Amino acid sequence: MKRYTGGKPKLRRFHQARWDEPIIFELSSEGERGVLLPDVEDEIKSEVGDVVSTIPESMRRKQPPRLPELSQPRVLRHYIRLSQETLGTDLNIDVGQGTCTMKYSPKINEQLARMPQMTEIHPLQDEETVQGILEVMYKFEQILKEISGLDQFSFQPAAGSQAIYANASIIRAYHEARGEADQRDEIITTIFSHPSDAACAKTAGFKVITLYPDEDGYPDLEALKAAVSERTAGLMITNPEDTGIFNPKIEEFVKVVHEAGGLCSYDQANANGILGITRAGEAGFDLCHFNLHKTFSSPHGCGGPAVGAIGVTKELAKFLPVPVIEFDGSKYHLDYGRPESIGKVRAFCGVAPVVLKSYAWAMSHGAEGLKEVAEIAVLNNNYLLNKLLEIRGVSAPYAKGKRRIEQVRYSLEKLTRDTGVHSEEIGLRAADFGVHYWTSHHPWVVPEPCTLEPTESYSKADLDEYVEIIRQVSDEAYTNPELVKTAPHNSTIHKIDTAPLDDPSQWAMTWRAYRKKVRKERE
Amino acid sequence: MFPWHTCQFMDKSRNQSGRRKLGLIVNPIAGIGGRVGLKGSDGAEIQKKALQLGALPQSLTRTVQALERVASVKEDLEIVTYPSEMGEDAAKECGFDHIVVGSIRKGKTTAEDTKNAAKEMLRLSVDLLLFAGGDGTARDIYNAIGEKMPVLGIPAGVKIHSAAFAISPRSAGDLVVLFLQGRCGIREAEVMDIDEEALRRGIVSAKLYGYLRIPFEKRLIQGLKTPSSGGEKEAMEAIACEVVDGMKDDYLYIVGPGTTTRAITSKLGLNKTLVGVDVVSKGKLAGTDVNEAQLLKLLEKRKAKIIITPIGGQGYIFGRGNQQISPEVIKKVGRDNIMVVAAPEKINSLRGRPFLVDTGDRAVDRMLSGYIRVVTGYNEHVIYKISC
Repeated sequence: MKRYTGGKPKLRRFHQARWDEPIIFELSSEGERGVLLPDVEDEIKSEVGDVVSTIPESMRRKQPPRLPELSQPRVLRHYIRLSQETLGTDLNIDVGQGTCTMKYSPKINEQLARMPQMTEIHPLQDEETVQGILEVMYKFEQILKEISGLDQFSFQPAAGSQAIYANASIIRAYHEARGEADQRDEIITTIFSHPSDAACAKTAGFKVITLYPDEDGYPDLEALKAAVSERTAGLMITNPEDTGIFNPKIEEFVKVVHEAGGLCSYDQANANGILGITRAGEAGFDLCHFNLHKTFSSPHGCGGPAVGAIGVTKELAKFLPVPVIEFDGSKYHLDYGRPESIGKVRAFCGVAPVVLKSYAWAMSHGAEGLKEVAEIAVLNNNYLLNKLLEIRGVSAPYAKGKRRIEQVRYSLEKLTRDTGVHSEEIGLRAADFGVHYWTSHHPWVVPEPCTLEPTESYSKADLDEYVEIIRQVSDEAYTNPELVKTAPHNSTIHKIDTAPLDDPSQWAMTWRAYRKKVRKERE
Repeated sequence: MFPWHTCQFMDKSRNQSGRRKLGLIVNPIAGIGGRVGLKGSDGAEIQKKALQLGALPQSLTRTVQALERVASVKEDLEIVTYPSEMGEDAAKECGFDHIVVGSIRKGKTTAEDTKNAAKEMLRLSVDLLLFAGGDGTARDIYNAIGEKMPVLGIPAGVKIHSAAFAISPRSAGDLVVLFLQGRCGIREAEVMDIDEEALRRGIVSAKLYGYLRIPFEKRLIQGLKTPSSGGEKEAMEAIACEVVDGMKDDYLYIVGPGTTTRAITSKLGLNKTLVGVDVVSKGKLAGTDVNEAQLLKLLEKRKAKIIITPIGGQGYIFGRGNQQISPEVIKKVGRDNIMVVAAPEKINSLRGRPFLVDTGDRAVDRMLSGYIRVVTGYNEHVIYKISC
């Protein structure tokens, strides 16, 4: 199929399946079964005895679990239908999920991770018997050391926010070891750092001091100077920020914090625009973290397994979570004997299949290839930026006229003022053309935001198609706003009544909690 | 067309005719002082003068701009309004079903008409009262009905210092729709006014008169998934905890006006003067609605901290609505003892503009300029810039 007509990118005619599908608990019908297990043979029964009696009385269920009761084909139908209602990264030109680094994750890496050599091992096995995966983890650690300029890594945190939490805990452990933990209780961050930097530091027990940008939209060095004191424990910031702006004074930031006695932690969850170009070590940082599920293609999304790899300098290595993987020249082993360690933030030493996929991805690129990833990601982003700014009602606040790194937080405020159509409505309409579009983390500092990140995976034709979709929706907003406001028309994405989200009395985190609340209401 | 909107419509309090009621009051002379450079339209003399200068009232056009945005829910709506130029004309022009109540002297309406109209709307229990005017009109509405029902201002006057107005007539219309669909929060918004007489003599003297309850569109600053925004209220509660936790017995606390500062005194179980300055010592009120002289007297013997909050959308922390905390008082207390408190939403509403000070003393304004710590939540602070 030709992707352009007369030089203009062609819009796709997209229509998604829309099922009126209840949740699986509501599909349950009593007595229906997916598998009927045969009775245990008498011989086995007599040999094994009463297995239930080995479980202590207090731990035995009084009633069977209230699981949904369905036959196999109904389960299959249910999940196939749900899968048809998603707009996953393998289905769409997924540049619309800014900050998520949605790149193409080669399927061969998935196959590697699903090989029995990976799936049939267990972290509780003797380390002698899992030398292969330990070698992979150790070798990938060497790669991350090279990429970051830091000295030792742990793969234990299973998410970016867990990595930030672990790094905040290391910062505290450092001050504790120096007898200053009570005094140093403040972590400094910026408003456009990923919100997890503030949230996880706070979860780890710190006060959080947030800096707003200076007049040019860059992190404000003077504000930092006003913020530091003898109470400063550390700086935890993202760079480039969620706006895609790289802090040009990053070395000075580090210097100011170090002079005040604090440590500096670099949130490089999304390092897609800086691989092989700039390193945490050279900027003077003491800690950093990478999300393997973002930059390193493991992949991201679906709340699946992830790894927030944390890296530290030699001085801080003793505080890393246990176990760390050591190599004595012939054997790999897990080192638990680290008395100053912060302990564990999660079981074992990391989600091994994720590390394996990331290692495979990095090795397939090589050092030069990783740098090229960053270069293309930045090029793609700035191409997209220039194209989008031609669209009516779209602007890119802060650092006007300057290039961005790997993503941009746009503002559609003008479009909203002109047409009454809001940014998230633009996203719902974009879904009618089969693409994803995301606004921003909360609170919205940039009004009517939209955050796009094209990564290195998308071609010029892909980007042109995405831009054309946004152009089309913008035109519609100006000429026929009702069409946009009533979207989606061809997609399953829902308009959600958000009012209950503000009302804790209506929240239910589990099916059981929901049932409880419904019952209460009825009473 | 709006399946989920409609269903919300259905279950919210429809009136007997099955439709929602929107009150509408237009101050027909609002804004006429503006284009002819008269800094306001309060007072019969000025209105006469403005008309002689060829001024055209802005309020009808602006009301129509707002109502056009409400057209999408026309069918579900009935407007309750005052005769001819006080709302009937606008409702007619936009083709809304409307009921006219009350009576006026055409071409000679006064503030009394606005107040009577507001009281009438309250009596008829409209769902929301939409009014077009400026700060003077907002004050009239406030004096008539206080916080008894939700209202929203269409900015049509010369002076718009009050936070009770939408940012534009069109966004006022959008807010009405969202409110009727139950998609808005309600917040208290400052009713401010500047003494026009003084302003014409070159003196800016803003006063806080009270609060009106207005709908606000959370997504402007927060977006879809913020589970916090039952909201600003919770942020204020968190701020109050942080401030109260840090209070020391050897300090006096001079508490400026505002809903955020009121949350702090409420936390202490104290009744704060709504628009005045109060003083707290050892968890008890040591002075209510104090003036500058009283403050200076209190400061003779005790060290103190000042707790203030910026005016939403404008960012003034000194010199608007809290002139009792004079340059003398500020100097005596010292910059290091000034505590600014503000919910993150309030800071975001400034859109990157700095906090402002206008104490009337240039030297004090300069001393205040620079960066200051703002308490934005429990264990949460922001470093923000002050300009003069």
